[in-house]
Amino acid sequence: MPVRVQTEDFDAGREIAALRGTDPRVGAVASFIGTVRDVNDGSPVTAMTLEHYPGMTEKALAAIVDEARGRFSIVDALVIHRVGPMRPTDQIVLVAVTSAHRGDAFDACRFVMDILKTRAPFWKKEDTPGGARWVDARVSDAAAEARWGNEVEP
Amino acid sequence: MPDSRAAVPAVTTIRLVYLARLREAFGRADEDMALLTAAPTVAAVLAMLRERGGVWADELAPGRAVRVALNHTVAGGDAPLRNGDEVALLPPVTGG
Repeated sequence: MPVRVQTEDFDAGREIAALRGTDPRVGAVASFIGTVRDVNDGSPVTAMTLEHYPGMTEKALAAIVDEARGRFSIVDALVIHRVGPMRPTDQIVLVAVTSAHRGDAFDACRFVMDILKTRAPFWKKEDTPGGARWVDARVSDAAAEARWGNEVEP
Repeated sequence: MPDSRAAVPAVTTIRLVYLARLREAFGRADEDMALLTAAPTVAAVLAMLRERGGVWADELAPGRAVRVALNHTVAGGDAPLRNGDEVALLPPVTGG
């Protein structure tokens, strides 16, 4: 299963080992882990909750992985995204990609993450000293998607 | 003799789902809506919701960044709706 949405934490080492397994075609593994910061937009963040749209989330993530397969020469890919309550330093997301050579692994990993930021239905709500607030989407995220030549929907 | 059933307007019942900030703004997570128009679309549903005024008109005003997912896939305003469809309103996403 190349995409998973879960409340539990993940062990990146174990996940990556399982992804590449004993496949001798793999010559490169690239991975990205997103974690919870203790400051966002100038406010201290003590905790956050991630929610998603069950049913659509898995479909959207699988579509992103499929698109990566079409664009890059990769062997396999894995996306794990956590939901629920989290604290600063917690892991949020893991993207791991295997390929024959490093270029495709690096590019596909970044592609999946950039597209995930603008298309996968996740929302962060942060606890700050001023109260809980929904995180605003960043213009830089749309720019990161546009870098891949995608039209960003409003 | 004309088919008498043709005179009865078709009713399309959809399930509306509100996510994240929109769920809190609207004070509900979902609701069923009966559409009486002959060929209902996503745009028609948004127009009906705006007609409620208040926070509905504000949050769904043209130009606000709200995406619509029809049966778990992002859809445009002209997407036709069928009985039993799930129409979700999504604020800009902030995962990762």
